[in-house]
Amino acid sequence: MSILIYTENWDGKFKKLSYELVSYAAAIAKEMGSKVIALSIGDISDEELSKLGDYGANKILTVKDERFTSLDNRAIANAVSAAAKIEDAKIVIFANSNLGKAIAPRVSVKLEAGLVTGVIALPISIDPFVVQKKVFTGKAIANVQIDTEVKIITFSQNSYEVVEVENNATIEAFDPSVVDGDFSTTVTETNKVTGKVLLTDAEIVISGGRGMKSGDNWGGLEQLADMLSAGLACSRPVSDEGWRPHGEHVGQTGKIIAPNLYFAFGISGAIQHLGGVSSSKVIVAVNKDAEAPIFESADYGIIGDVNKVIPQFIEGIKEL
Amino acid sequence: MKILVLISNVPDTTTKIRFTGDNTSFDDAGVQWIINPWDELALTRAMELKEAGGIEKITVANVGEKATEPTLRKALAVGADDAIRIDAPAKDAFYVASQLAEIAVGYDLILAGIEASDYNGNAVGGMLAEILDYNSVSAVSGINIEGDKFIVNREIDGGSQVLNITGPLVAIVQKGIAKEPRIPAMRGIMMARKKPLNVANPIEANERTQFVNFELPPPKAACKMIDEENAKEIIKLLHEEAKVL
Ligand SMILES: Cc1cc2nc3c(=O)[nH]c(=O)nc-3n(C[C@H](O)[C@H](O)[C@H](O)COP(=O)(O)OP(=O)(O)OC[C@H]3O[C@@H](n4cnc5c(N)ncnc54)[C@H](O)[C@@H]3O)c2cc1C
Repeated sequence: MSILIYTENWDGKFKKLSYELVSYAAAIAKEMGSKVIALSIGDISDEELSKLGDYGANKILTVKDERFTSLDNRAIANAVSAAAKIEDAKIVIFANSNLGKAIAPRVSVKLEAGLVTGVIALPISIDPFVVQKKVFTGKAIANVQIDTEVKIITFSQNSYEVVEVENNATIEAFDPSVVDGDFSTTVTETNKVTGKVLLTDAEIVISGGRGMKSGDNWGGLEQLADMLSAGLACSRPVSDEGWRPHGEHVGQTGKIIAPNLYFAFGISGAIQHLGGVSSSKVIVAVNKDAEAPIFESADYGIIGDVNKVIPQFIEGIKEL
Repeated sequence: MKILVLISNVPDTTTKIRFTGDNTSFDDAGVQWIINPWDELALTRAMELKEAGGIEKITVANVGEKATEPTLRKALAVGADDAIRIDAPAKDAFYVASQLAEIAVGYDLILAGIEASDYNGNAVGGMLAEILDYNSVSAVSGINIEGDKFIVNREIDGGSQVLNITGPLVAIVQKGIAKEPRIPAMRGIMMARKKPLNVANPIEANERTQFVNFELPPPKAACKMIDEENAKEIIKLLHEEAKVL
């Protein structure tokens, strides 16, 4: 019996998210008395792979097969299912990322497993298996029971502290026996965001709304982001207006993020915006309107003009 | 080529969320229902593809009880040619996908929203693809048709890709797939009344998950306000008090 986790990598390196998943799985495994198996697909060095062991993985299955770089959903689902069967996995855990959300539903059908996406904490109970997730775009939390023998979840980023442990993991090459016919995706172009902090990975996020008045006024926010190694985000009208790229749009219809610290400059705090950022640990709001709903969700606030506040923030950070 | 657009019937995004029966079910009293925002964008893109030529028909489908019909009528008013309602409550993602698999065969392109804004499931599209053994692409932000191939833009974690893939295809779509959702015009609303809305009986299928109960998030502590002139003070508080800087 085991818990299988699917770990994503980025240019051959694991993201913090992968370590969160391993730590999370290790905590459940301890309670169940089972092992943690990590599956990694991609060209990753043994040294990098062994890092998964530092967070509690007992065994690491590595698949180095070029064909998977196309991220073909069916092929990856077949590989994960094959690993789950061989390892007798009773729980399969994915990140609640673009890739995790694409693959988990397919695997759940293959393994006849119940699936809950966007889980935010350790299970409430193991038997029956009950997990928590946000529903109604963050406006409520649901306790959901999975009734099948095999259980699958996708786990939300930044929901579990990484914990290093004394542990030695074994690394094994794994052949998922996929055939060429399983691959039908041909990638013709890939654009990676480089040199910038990925929004979904960022511990600190600097976000601007319509109150910034124009895309030309983003210099101060960019400077703040640079100084704090923060990601940049914006409200929907800002990306709709073309002031900022669509990838920066957060909210119900954009990206959902959960950084430690979220700065909202000139953002009113509409319910659809909050849906994407309300899991942030600390929210700072700057808005000239004292009645702006953002202040109901913020921890620290300034009723004032962004143009006066941003330079003071920059100065304050220099003095830290 | 035929397109099927999956439609989820969800509470308006500004709905105040309440629960009844000892927090075991969503209180739908007085709730306004809408087409799930991503499904609305999917339908809009389907219409654009049809207007560009080569699409025989757009069908919209929903698993739900009679109360969901106004939402399907709205989808017909936006421009779908016909609608199918599978007459059963949407018990869980696998149950819904199993029902949809019964009616989805014969369509070349199936569009599903990346999630439903009520229970935020992200699962029906992928499950449907696996049940039918179709190709699937998720986080799709653009789709075009070239001969018998689909040219798909998809978001990956930290970037985007363009890919070619053959049908039948389940495309799980998100923001970017269409610019603005289409709003039904008067003429569309009139025409929708005459378009077929077929009701199908559900098949036997198991549900695999169940909601035990719901909680509202704990109320947030009051926001600490700082004067504009002392803005720097916040940086200090973030450093010393909140310890996030
Ligand atoms: C189905 C649906 C989905 C949606 N999804 C999203 C989503 O994912 N993300 C999203 O963000 N929105 C979304 N929206 C839109 C949302 O309802 C709001 O319209 C949007 O969030 C408002 O953006 P904003 O706060 O930047 O602009 P506004 O609401 O216009 O607010 C601008 C704020 O800036 C303040 N301001 C102006 N000048 C200054 C200044 N000089 N200094 C300080 N403050 C100033 C104003 O007081 C105001 O509060 C969605 C809407 C719908 C219907």
